[in-house]
Amino acid sequence: MDKEYVGFAALPNQLHRKSVKKGFDFTLMVAGESGLGKSTLINSLFLTNLYEDRHLPEASARLTQTLTIERRGVEIEEGGIKVKLTLVDTPGFGDSVDCSDCWLPVVRFIEEQFEQYLRDESGLNRKNIQDSRVHCCLYFISPFGRGLRPLDVAFLRAVHDKVNIIPVIAKADALMPKETQALKQRIRDQLKEEEINIYQFPDCDSDEDEDFKRQDAEMKESIPFAVVGSCEVVRDGGTRPVRGRRYSWGTVEVENPHHCDFLNLRRMLVQTHLQDLKEVTHDILYEGYRASCLQSLARPGARDRASRSKLSRQSATEIPLPMLPLAETEKLIREKDEELRRMQEMLEKMQAQMQQSQTQGEQSDAL
Amino acid sequence: MDPLRQSPSPCSSRPSSPKTPPCEMLGYVGIEAVLDQLKIKAMKMGFEFNIMVVGQSGLGKSTMLNTLFKSKVWKCTLPGLAMPTPQTLQLKSVTHVIEEKGVKLKLTVTDTPGFGDQINNDKCWNPILGYINEQYERYLQEEILITRQRHIPDTRVHCCVYFVPPTGHCLRPLDIEFLQRLCRTVNVVPVIARADSLTLEEREAFRRRIQHNLRTHCIEVYPQKCFDEDINDRILNSKIRDRIPFAVVGADRQHLVNGRCVLGRKTKWGIIEVENMEHCEFPLLRDLLIRSHLQDLKDITHNVHYENYRVCRLNESHVLPHGPCWVNLAPTPPGPSVAPGPSKACRQAREDSDDNEDDY
Repeated sequence: MDKEYVGFAALPNQLHRKSVKKGFDFTLMVAGESGLGKSTLINSLFLTNLYEDRHLPEASARLTQTLTIERRGVEIEEGGIKVKLTLVDTPGFGDSVDCSDCWLPVVRFIEEQFEQYLRDESGLNRKNIQDSRVHCCLYFISPFGRGLRPLDVAFLRAVHDKVNIIPVIAKADALMPKETQALKQRIRDQLKEEEINIYQFPDCDSDEDEDFKRQDAEMKESIPFAVVGSCEVVRDGGTRPVRGRRYSWGTVEVENPHHCDFLNLRRMLVQTHLQDLKEVTHDILYEGYRASCLQSLARPGARDRASRSKLSRQSATEIPLPMLPLAETEKLIREKDEELRRMQEMLEKMQAQMQQSQTQGEQSDAL
Repeated sequence: MDPLRQSPSPCSSRPSSPKTPPCEMLGYVGIEAVLDQLKIKAMKMGFEFNIMVVGQSGLGKSTMLNTLFKSKVWKCTLPGLAMPTPQTLQLKSVTHVIEEKGVKLKLTVTDTPGFGDQINNDKCWNPILGYINEQYERYLQEEILITRQRHIPDTRVHCCVYFVPPTGHCLRPLDIEFLQRLCRTVNVVPVIARADSLTLEEREAFRRRIQHNLRTHCIEVYPQKCFDEDINDRILNSKIRDRIPFAVVGADRQHLVNGRCVLGRKTKWGIIEVENMEHCEFPLLRDLLIRSHLQDLKDITHNVHYENYRVCRLNESHVLPHGPCWVNLAPTPPGPSVAPGPSKACRQAREDSDDNEDDY
């Protein structure tokens, strides 16, 4: 038996140890109109106060506010595992009277992170690549509308092929149970109609037990999650203290699965699918971006046009993009093209020579 | 308050001057029976009330109307039904006659589906302003006829209830733009819609911030301070102004709570009773609109807003009425530009009272 035991069953443990040493980093974007409880939910999800120094703008300031992208970083440690969480916020989204194209800065931001990674990946020193790509976007849908609003649809359409989208129904304690079900169904129908690709939670393995499979199916059925956020602990005399919102007609418990889907969201986002979100971002979304980017560079006629348009985009976003790394990739491609051409020429020469020698041989035979 | 008064007295609801010296009565004459006569006439004629609700879709406007008038004034749609968002703002009006204890009320409700739902909501208030001015124009055209009807049908909007979404932060740019324009044309009562998503502390903070926003942007909502006539009015209206905007919840289903049948919303953590002051401020809104200030709303619309419109129109067409030959007013399309602020009427009131004081 010992001869058959090789020992690579211990590989997962090695991976585990290395990951713990390296730590995880995760970038989460939250988007949605202001006043939907985004900050409260993030604080509830990660049980930290990420928005301590937040300053809500006054109404007069909002009249001239444009969309800004804010990044907040925090290191969370639990059970010896460190997670470097970066939160990307989009204050000003959907607030103005005219919200046309207000999602463009967000799209540009996501693409910039991809560009940065592409540059780092193609560069010379790849030891410490910082992954600042957005791994997941939590999109908050208002519970008061009749499903997705035109702005929601426009935003989701613009980013669904660039980032994993998890739609949530915000402030779900404003809805009665029947209303929640009807709204969820309506949103699901609308997402299908508009052909918006949200993040698909992968199916569980076939060898899991029935109970787990049923739970998993139930969780998938409750997408989009109807969530309530709160960091306050309510102590109703007699019952145990719970995290929730106290109203005069009752208390909503955030972690009660009968009251809202907060637990489901936390489980799926943090406990089970954090790594999968990162993998999908890297394997599918980033690769898609990289392929389209390089394809537009490789075509000679389109190359100049693409580089010119890229330049203009860069100047519009005012990022001093160093031309060197891109030129490097271009040079590489050009060199490879040259090589290919040389090889083709050689082949043709050899073929011509062979043909010549053949005909000469035939002639000499004939003679 | 007499409901039958047709003659407009600009800026003051009470036509009698308070400065005439009282006269001693030597016996019972029976003048107080005039109140009964007024009451009988009013019951026979019935009352009219036109209310408009404005707000984004899903804020419970139709439900609120049904709750206010305890009848299916407007058909509500569940969020699940595929209601396509209208591409442009369309106003819809429905008229009902409801009766209570022999008093008939002809109620016209105007809904504004599509308001604030688009990506670009610039100038989405123009159709609403156009509608309101159109009703003023209609009344004006009836008023300047040579042979007028005994009772001119009143389609003017007496009150506009504006639904503010419960973000908990402050007024949004769209709210401010809309309120600034509409307060000059019609009585506006802002309410915090779907207030069951805010706790009591959040409501108070939100309310204070909204009041601060309204003051900063010089938005005068109903009841306007400048139209308080005497000290009693001021005390009563100050109490109301302190609580505006009311945090309201609407419901049209009945549930059993402690043996009583109440209108409410049933959730897994409790039942929100609409008429319970501890749960929401719907009773305050109902009392304001129907039980105490309905007639005042109509008076202010007639004496102030309509008069402002009329003065503007007459100045525009440069024709002042004189003699039996009424010249037709140049039919300018009523647009949003026709409406100066109520401050104009206000100043006139103050001038009048100043004059009276000088005389006596």
